[in-house]
Amino acid sequence: MNNILEVHNVVKRYSQHTALNNVSINIPKGVIFGLLGPNGAGKTSLIRIINQITGPDEGYVLFDGQKLNPQHIREIGYLPEERGLYKKMKVGEQLLYLAQLKGLSEKQALEKLKEWFIKFDIKTWWTKNVEDLSKGMQQKIQFVATVLHEPQLIILDEPFSGFDPINADLIKNEILELKEKGSTIIFSTHRMESVEELCDHIALINKSQKVLDGEKKEIKERFKTNTYNIQYAGELLTTSDDFEIVRTEKIADNFSSSTIKLNHGTPVNQLIRQIIDQVELRSFGENIPTMNDIFKMVVNETID
Amino acid sequence: MKNILLILRREYLVRIKKKSFWIMTLLMPLLISGFYALLFWGVFSSRELQRVSIIDESGAFTQKFKDSEKVKFEYLKLPLDSAINRLNQKRTDIVALIPANIMEEPKSLKIFTGKGVGFEIQGKIENIIQNEIRNVKLSKAGIDQKVLEDADVDVSSKVVVVSKEGEQKEQNTLASTILGTIAVILMFSTVVGFGMQVMRGVIEEKTNRIIEVIISSVKPFQLMLGKILGVGLVGLTQFGLWITLTFALTTISSSLLPSQQIAKAAQEQMSEMPQKDKDKIAKKVEQTPSDAGKVMQFFNSAKDLNIPLIIGCFLFYFLFGYLFYASVYGAIGSAVDNETDTQQFMFPIMLPLLAGYMIGLMTAGQADNKLLFWASIVPFTAPITMMARLPFGVEPWELILSMSLLVISTFGMVWLAAKIYRVGILMYGKKPTFKEIGKWLFYKG
Repeated sequence: MNNILEVHNVVKRYSQHTALNNVSINIPKGVIFGLLGPNGAGKTSLIRIINQITGPDEGYVLFDGQKLNPQHIREIGYLPEERGLYKKMKVGEQLLYLAQLKGLSEKQALEKLKEWFIKFDIKTWWTKNVEDLSKGMQQKIQFVATVLHEPQLIILDEPFSGFDPINADLIKNEILELKEKGSTIIFSTHRMESVEELCDHIALINKSQKVLDGEKKEIKERFKTNTYNIQYAGELLTTSDDFEIVRTEKIADNFSSSTIKLNHGTPVNQLIRQIIDQVELRSFGENIPTMNDIFKMVVNETID
Repeated sequence: MKNILLILRREYLVRIKKKSFWIMTLLMPLLISGFYALLFWGVFSSRELQRVSIIDESGAFTQKFKDSEKVKFEYLKLPLDSAINRLNQKRTDIVALIPANIMEEPKSLKIFTGKGVGFEIQGKIENIIQNEIRNVKLSKAGIDQKVLEDADVDVSSKVVVVSKEGEQKEQNTLASTILGTIAVILMFSTVVGFGMQVMRGVIEEKTNRIIEVIISSVKPFQLMLGKILGVGLVGLTQFGLWITLTFALTTISSSLLPSQQIAKAAQEQMSEMPQKDKDKIAKKVEQTPSDAGKVMQFFNSAKDLNIPLIIGCFLFYFLFGYLFYASVYGAIGSAVDNETDTQQFMFPIMLPLLAGYMIGLMTAGQADNKLLFWASIVPFTAPITMMARLPFGVEPWELILSMSLLVISTFGMVWLAAKIYRVGILMYGKKPTFKEIGKWLFYKG
């Protein structure tokens, strides 16, 4: 079984609207899976179903090949977008409590907490009240609470919001390390640059429906427009059936930048050959769509 | 089950560790035993001798005022001014001026004092004069002293409760009423107080947003139940400590004035007086609650009350009454985003509680009041109103009926509350209406 999680035809309705409409997603083991979508698309509903906070009205979810059941709760760690801890409770007690709710014994929880407190260098926080910590510190505590019980599946909802760049990097490295150790991470976010950086797979949900999913590389390939960016000295004129110039911008005297669309079936080398006959080529690059572009493209498409 | 226990433990420990818990827990028994001690102190330690000067202008009361342990009388043949001078010089405490026409105008008696006069002494002086005037007037009407003494009878009664089995038991209505009233007040305030704690706890989790973390680990029902039981256990702990501490403190405070000494003091007071006055004192004992005999009688009859049964029932009704209302409070907490939004839901929940409270207080002492009877059967009001009836004795079948109805409806209420709670805790940003909450009851998991 290669998929840690399989969502099959899940439907979730609320009295006023349908939050998830026949959504199916497969999440392979050991990947960082980006769950993308605009606000209100249904991401949180899906996450809640995976967490067994609510159940689907139709369809089902398989966890490691088994139908989702309460035993799986301890195999999942969840960092909700809206962070929260008991403000008046001591950091150590709180983490022990949360770990025990996930099924760890007090002794196991203590051992694991010790490792994390050393790793994050936060030993002095143990007896502090949560309300006495800064927001960033609280976020760290919450991250520890999410992964402490070493779950197979970790669901992170906007994990970087509220972190400064240094701590964001720290968390990013932790996420990568968890992946190394074999955990699967579902990563729900609007921030496309972190998707670009971290995710192996993505699924895009819009208006309660899955509109796109697959391996990030493959999706980018799929969304390629076969365009290239070139910079050159001289003047480029279209004299070929092989390509057309989409846009040209003069950067300096006798120096321009153009976007070129290659007609289908023409090898790239042929394009270069034709260009260097006309101008002095300074740079050449394929125009690969960013996740940001793809996101906007797909979401706008489904709006129309 | 393990999860419920974990949650229960947290809720319990968090509250037990609070300073306010210990302040409340220690303060209550101190207040109760302090009140108890004050009662004794008021009766037995105010033995300061009062010097009363009598200016008898009528001349009809010679030798009628007799000294007692608390009061020393002297007859002055001085004008009022010089008598008041003696008052200022602190050579006397009270000056009573009996005018010459006291027989015709009994209300013309005047009492002068430098620092105020105790109700007891005022009453004593008035009583002696009143009795004497009556004696004189009756003698004038031709009734001789012998008949008068004969006619001076004292009527007092004892209430005897007869059970169906023919068992007879003396009952003190006052002690039962006081106990019932205290129990009603205590039940009402603790059910509301601890219920509110549950509600605040739920709102705290919701506004903290920790709720989503918790319910990704446990079922909402487990969280709700764990919280309610945890807070309830805090309540039971507090009662346990109150009972223990109150018992300990009252034992200590009354051992400072051992009951033998109290009894002896009361006896001495009685034996000092001639037989005729004894009856009068006995009568006064009935009239003035601050008297030693009355207090003794009160505590003696309190001993006849079935205290273990009352405490047992109190704990039972607290537990289920609390569970019943705390689940409603919990459901309300889940439905709102902050405490100010709870206002609209407070009224319907306070209504039955207040009704029970008012019925309990107003009908306390009327053990067979029909309204009280029905209120003590209906689960909404039973936990509070039954407290008013318990000290008077409740038929077992009534108790069983009331308890079973309460237990059944508590389960029903917890079930309903859980349905609201489950949906409510995940709803943010809108003020729910009753209609909407009604819909939540029918949501599927």
